[in-house]
Amino acid sequence: MNSFKAFIAATTVLGTVGLAHATDLEVTHWWTSGGEAAAVAEFAKAFDATGNKWIDGAIAGGGNTARPVFISRITGGDPMAATQFNHGRQAEELVQAGLMRDFTALAEKEGWKNFIRPASLLDGCTVDGKVYCVPINIHSWQWLWLSHKAFADAGVPVPTTWDEFVAAAPALEKAGKVPLAMGGQAWQRTGAFNVLIPAIAGKETYLKVYQDKDAEAAAGPEIAKVFKAADDARRMAANSNVQDWNQATNLVITGQAGGQIMGDWAQGEFQVAGQVAGKDYSCLPGLGVNELISVGGDAFYFPVLKDADKTAAQEVLASVMLSPETQVAFNLKKGSVPVRGDVDLNAANDCMKKGLDILAKGNTMPDPPRLNTEDTNNQLNDLFVEFFATPSMTPEAAQKRYAEIIAAAD
Amino acid sequence: MANESPGRPNSLFRNLNAKLASVPMIFTALVVFVGGTIWTIVYSFTNSRLLPRLSFVGLDQYERLWSTPRWIASIQNLWIYGSLSLIFSLSIGFLLAALLDQKIRFESAFRTIILYPFALSFIVTGLVWQWLLNPDFGVQHLVRAAGWESFTFNPLYDQSIVIYGILIAGLWQGTGLVMCLMLAGLRGIDEDIWKAARVDGIPMWKTYVFIVIPMMRPVFITTLVIIASGIVRVYDLVVAQTSGGPGHASEVPAKYVYDYMFSAQNLGQGFAASTMMLVTVMIVVVPWAYLEFGGRNKRG
Repeated sequence: MNSFKAFIAATTVLGTVGLAHATDLEVTHWWTSGGEAAAVAEFAKAFDATGNKWIDGAIAGGGNTARPVFISRITGGDPMAATQFNHGRQAEELVQAGLMRDFTALAEKEGWKNFIRPASLLDGCTVDGKVYCVPINIHSWQWLWLSHKAFADAGVPVPTTWDEFVAAAPALEKAGKVPLAMGGQAWQRTGAFNVLIPAIAGKETYLKVYQDKDAEAAAGPEIAKVFKAADDARRMAANSNVQDWNQATNLVITGQAGGQIMGDWAQGEFQVAGQVAGKDYSCLPGLGVNELISVGGDAFYFPVLKDADKTAAQEVLASVMLSPETQVAFNLKKGSVPVRGDVDLNAANDCMKKGLDILAKGNTMPDPPRLNTEDTNNQLNDLFVEFFATPSMTPEAAQKRYAEIIAAAD
Repeated sequence: MANESPGRPNSLFRNLNAKLASVPMIFTALVVFVGGTIWTIVYSFTNSRLLPRLSFVGLDQYERLWSTPRWIASIQNLWIYGSLSLIFSLSIGFLLAALLDQKIRFESAFRTIILYPFALSFIVTGLVWQWLLNPDFGVQHLVRAAGWESFTFNPLYDQSIVIYGILIAGLWQGTGLVMCLMLAGLRGIDEDIWKAARVDGIPMWKTYVFIVIPMMRPVFITTLVIIASGIVRVYDLVVAQTSGGPGHASEVPAKYVYDYMFSAQNLGQGFAASTMMLVTVMIVVVPWAYLEFGGRNKRG
C-alpha cells in the first residue's frame, strides 16, 4: 500500500515537472489545403524547437465554418491557447468583452511597431491603444491567376487585363475549357465581386462604399459597371462545378480552366503542384487594371488563460511567430508576404515580388474584413451566392439589394 | 388541488416517490426549455451581435428578417419539404407496414433492410445522396452509360427542383422508422377484428381504411409528432447535400438561424429567426393540443 502511494506521488511529481518544461499549447486555425498545411507545419516546427509542444487544432471548411467553433469555445469557457482570425472586426467583441489577452507589454519590449509594415496591420490588432493580436502575414485578394496551358490549347495569347480575359472567353469555351473557375462557396463569390470593385471602379469608390458606407455610391453608375463585369464573370463561371477554392485552383493548374480570381494564397497551391510563375501560370494583381492590393491577412489572438505555464508559453509562441526565420519559412510556403519589413526575400518568386513591389509603392487599401462587420459580409454573401447561381437575376436587381445592404451597414 | 374534500390525504403527497423522481426532469424542462425559450425571445428584441447584450431595438430584427429574400425562400422550402415529407412518409410507411403484415416469408430481413437507413445520420445520408444525384457519376451517369444518352436527372443542380432532391433523401432515411411504428400499431390490432371483418365479407382495403386505421389513431399521432419535429429542425441533410444551394434554392430556416447566430455574429437576427420558427410550430401545435387534450378529458 505504501509503495503504491509512493508510486502515485512520484508520478504526480514527475507529471508536474514535465509540464513546467514543455507546455502543450492548442492552436486552432482553418488552414487545411496542401499549401496551407505545409506553411502551418513551419510554425509548429519552430515552436516545438523552443521545447514546447504545438497541438494542432485545424478545422476544415474555411473561416465561415471554423470561426463559430472558435468563438463558442472561447465564450463557452473552454478557450484554446491561440487562435487564428482575420484581424479586424471579426474578434472585435471578444476583445471588448475582455476574453483576449493584451500583448502590449510584449509588443513594446520586442518593438513590433518598428518592424511590422505596413503599420496599418498592427492598427488592425489594436483596440483602444492596446495590442491584442499578432499579425503573421499579408494577404491580398486582388489577383487573377491564369493557366498558360489553357490559353495555348485555345490558341489565344495569355491576357494581360480583365477585359482581354473576358474577350478570350469564347475561344476558351470552344476549346472545351471553363473560362473562369469559381468555387460555389459564398465567400468566394463575394470575394470575387470585392476584387472587381477597385479594378473596375477604382479605389475611391471602393472606400466610399465600404469605409463610408455610402449607399448612393453603392447605387451609382460606377458600381453598376462592376455589376456588369460580375455578370460577365457569372457567364464565364457557369460551368465551374466545384465547391472549394483549391479545387477551383486545381482546374487552373491542370489547364481545365482559363483563370481564377483568388487571393495570393492560391500561390501556395501552384507551388505544391511544382508550377513556375511566368512559365506555367501568370498572375495579374488588381486584375491587370488597377495595380492595387488590399492589405489584410491572418492574425493570431490569444485568449486569456488561467494556467500560468500556458500563459507564459503564449508569449513564447507570439515571439516565435514574428521571428524573422519563421516569418520567411512560413510565408514562402503560404504564398503570402511577411509582416516584417526587414527580412530577406530572395527566395520569393515572380508573383510574390510583384506583390512586394506594389506594397513598397504603397498602393494599398484596407480589405473588407477590416471595414465591414461579419453581419454585413454575411448579407453580401447571401446576395452574391444568389446572384452567381441565378442567371435570371439581373445586375440591376442585384445592385438595388446591394445598395440596401450598404445603407443598413454600420 | 386546494378544493379537494377534507379528510383525504393531501394530494400533494400522494405518489410522493414518483413526484420526487420527476423533480429533476421538471426542473430541466422549466429552466432549460422554458427559461431558454424566454431568454431567446427577450434577446430577439435587442441588437446583440457576437455576445448577448440588452439594448432593445423593438421589432427591427423582425422587420429585417421578413424583408430578407433568403428567409422567405427558407420558409417556402420548409413548407414544400414539410408537407410532402409528411404525406409521403406516412403513406409509404403505412403501405410498407401493411405489406409486411401479410405474413410474408423473411419478414424480419425485409424489416431490417427497410429500417437500416434510419441508423445513418443525416450527414451520411446527405453525402450518399449527393453522390447518387451528382450528374457526373450518379444515377444520370449510369442511365446514360446504359445507352439513354439524353437522360437528364440532376435535381441538386437545378434551382427549381433541388428541394425534391433533398426530399428523396429525407424519405429514404425516415420512412423505415415510420414503417416500424406502423407495423407495431398493426400488430396491436386484435386478430378477432380481422376475423369478424372477414365473416362480414368486408374487403381487405375497406377493413384497413375504415376499421384498422381509426383504431391506430394513437400510433398515427406519435408518428406525426416524430415526423413533424424532424421536419422543423431539418438542417444537416441540407448542409451535407447542397449547403443551401444552388443560390438559395434549398435554404431552410434552421440553417438561417445557425448562419446568422454564429457565422454572421448577429445573435439578435438569429434569435428573431428562431422565435419565428417557434411561432410557426406553436400555430400548428397549440390548436391541435387544445383539441386533443383540452376541455373535457374525452378519451379518458
